[in-house]
Amino acid sequence: MIQFLALVRKDLKLFFNDRKAVIVGLLVPIVLASFFGYMFGGQSGKAETSKVPVLIIDQDGSDISRGLITQLGSDKNLDVKPSTLDAAREAVRKGKATVAIVIPKDFGKDAGRALFTGANTGENKPQLSVLYDPSHNVELGMVRGILSGAVMETVSKEMFTGNSGREMVNESLAQVENNPRISAEDRKALRHLLGGVNELNAQREREGESGQGAISGGLTMPYDTREQAITSGKDIEYNGYAHAFAGMGIQFILFMGLDVGVALLMLRQSGLWQRLRAAPLSRTMLLGSRTVSASLIAGFILLVLFSFARVVFGVHILGSFAGFVGVCAAFSLMTAAFGLMVAALGETVEATRGYSIMATLIMVMLGGAWVPTFVFPAWLRKLTVVVPTRWAMDGLDSMIWRGLGFSSALAPIGVLLLFTLLFGVVAVMRFRWRTE
Amino acid sequence: MLEVKHLTKNYGKLIAVTGVSFRADRGETIGLLGPNGAGKTTTVSIIAGLLSPDSGEVLIEGKQVKSDTDPVKLKIGLVPQDMALYDKLSARDNLTFFAALYSLAGAKAKQAIDDVLNLVGLSDRAGDKVETFSGGMKRRLNLAAALLHDPQILLLDEPTVGVDPQSRNAIFDNLEALKKRGKSLIYTTHYMEEAERLCDRIVIIDHGKMIANDTLQGLHKLLPVTNVIAIDLDNADGFKPGQMLTLPEVKSAELHGGTLRVGVHDLSHGAPGVLRWLTDNGHSYHHVSSEQPDLETVFLTLTGRSLRDS
Repeated sequence: MIQFLALVRKDLKLFFNDRKAVIVGLLVPIVLASFFGYMFGGQSGKAETSKVPVLIIDQDGSDISRGLITQLGSDKNLDVKPSTLDAAREAVRKGKATVAIVIPKDFGKDAGRALFTGANTGENKPQLSVLYDPSHNVELGMVRGILSGAVMETVSKEMFTGNSGREMVNESLAQVENNPRISAEDRKALRHLLGGVNELNAQREREGESGQGAISGGLTMPYDTREQAITSGKDIEYNGYAHAFAGMGIQFILFMGLDVGVALLMLRQSGLWQRLRAAPLSRTMLLGSRTVSASLIAGFILLVLFSFARVVFGVHILGSFAGFVGVCAAFSLMTAAFGLMVAALGETVEATRGYSIMATLIMVMLGGAWVPTFVFPAWLRKLTVVVPTRWAMDGLDSMIWRGLGFSSALAPIGVLLLFTLLFGVVAVMRFRWRTE
Repeated sequence: MLEVKHLTKNYGKLIAVTGVSFRADRGETIGLLGPNGAGKTTTVSIIAGLLSPDSGEVLIEGKQVKSDTDPVKLKIGLVPQDMALYDKLSARDNLTFFAALYSLAGAKAKQAIDDVLNLVGLSDRAGDKVETFSGGMKRRLNLAAALLHDPQILLLDEPTVGVDPQSRNAIFDNLEALKKRGKSLIYTTHYMEEAERLCDRIVIIDHGKMIANDTLQGLHKLLPVTNVIAIDLDNADGFKPGQMLTLPEVKSAELHGGTLRVGVHDLSHGAPGVLRWLTDNGHSYHHVSSEQPDLETVFLTLTGRSLRDS
């Protein structure tokens, strides 16, 4: 026992003696976690996201195009500015604007016509050109969605209540009557529909004149949403720092494990290893003590990170504290075993450092420590179940901000311990004890 | 005390050690002499239990080291060739840690640490971090760390590499003190003067093979001459050293500058005859001294090449 404690104490002493390394080792994850936490929602759970810069080139100048620009400009997610085609193309190319929307000449007229008859007459629908920065695909999707809603609302409003709407309905009625490609049944139905719209417009006009107030017409989304973040309890807001500190904690502890492995690899090539091996120490004790000391250091890093997160950003363990401790302990053990495996499989220090950094970063990335796993393709999401960091992240998220009970920590703890066992067995089997 | 019997160790096709045998009794210092890569460190590693031999055995007081935790290991202290210290810890913290590896703790450990620090003359620097030590001080601490558990056998793998002459002498003094306490020392080196100064017996290893195992005197006997008479002639012009080979006690004769070197087996019989011959033949001289061939010469004789060039 004296030997085991001495080995552990020595590792801890060496770690804490290098104060600069300890401070930097803690400061870096804290700074990064603070940054990511702020980016992903901060304490209120509502990230102050920047608006998507959108340029509009209005070549139409109709009521509909003006209405569309007003509609888009009122969206809180967009920063809409008018532009010319050339200037917009240049701005998107240089990355100064994410999307540019070109409203072509006669868009208002053609869109109104297409609203009622486009599908049947075989006429082409008017096209809105969208120029976009290919590095902003996510924003493009969002702009496309907002644009669809805005076009539908603006065009239908004009059709049902606007001045050009009545003209358009009459034109459409004439088209329906004269187009031989429309069947008799369809013609009858469209005649009925457009006649109804004409009647509706006339009635709204009368209501407006009699002072009863015109209803703002047009098609609108037939629903409203009421958003409610499901966190650990009512009135408890999501704290974006919780996930960020868990993610960064996991990343830097893995790096610490990697350092343990590389240090062991270097130790094996030194006189110190000969001295340790010459002493009456079992192999279990040599590797076991290293596992315990690395786990204690990992635990210390997590303790400091989450203490900081609690004091500065109000991150609380809203679920089972025992579960949180269990996940931390299991992850710490897994990291230590990972370090031993690195030492066992490594040949040269340089090569080992290279491939283990790569392995660590992949584990961190696939574990969802940088970005949530939901942005991954489905096949990749399935693949992440074989990545230990994914389980650690799930476990920590569950215990910290999801506020789940101890039972939800059991699966992550179990899987992490299985990985510990796997890495440990590989380390013991492949460890080269001899000094040759 | 320590018996090494027919050790053989190969790394693939490379023969690291083959047929190495020797023994070390109490208070005896055995020098393992050979060039770099000769197999000295492999031999020491096998004795310390760091390597398993392919064949042969190592017996410590009649027992083999059978496992990592075998108590027999307590009888061995290893001073590795590389510095085996933690630079970021103080000398005392290093020694406390190494003492604990041999289950020494508390007052017992403190006493052992004070003793070894005193022996190597580092008591006043005990609290300083090793990274602040000179190379010589680190070497002395490296030695001290191997002595904490009071081992009977001390394995010293080139313990003076990169050390200044002053520290080297200090280490020699430490080793001589340990020898007087009855410790058995196995000392590997490729410095002949170290082996000549410290070792009772010298095992010469070359390319993994043991080519000699004897006392210094015994090794000298392997040479064609064991003594050289150096004579500074008053006038060496026209002197032909080959003439002296007619004398029965003279084995070799060479002239370099004004100094004539004559090789003889026995100085007491050879010297008077040589000096008489010079006088009788009209060659006056102003200085006479005797020289013994060193281990370099022994190595050269046994292997056909210089130790330093190997």
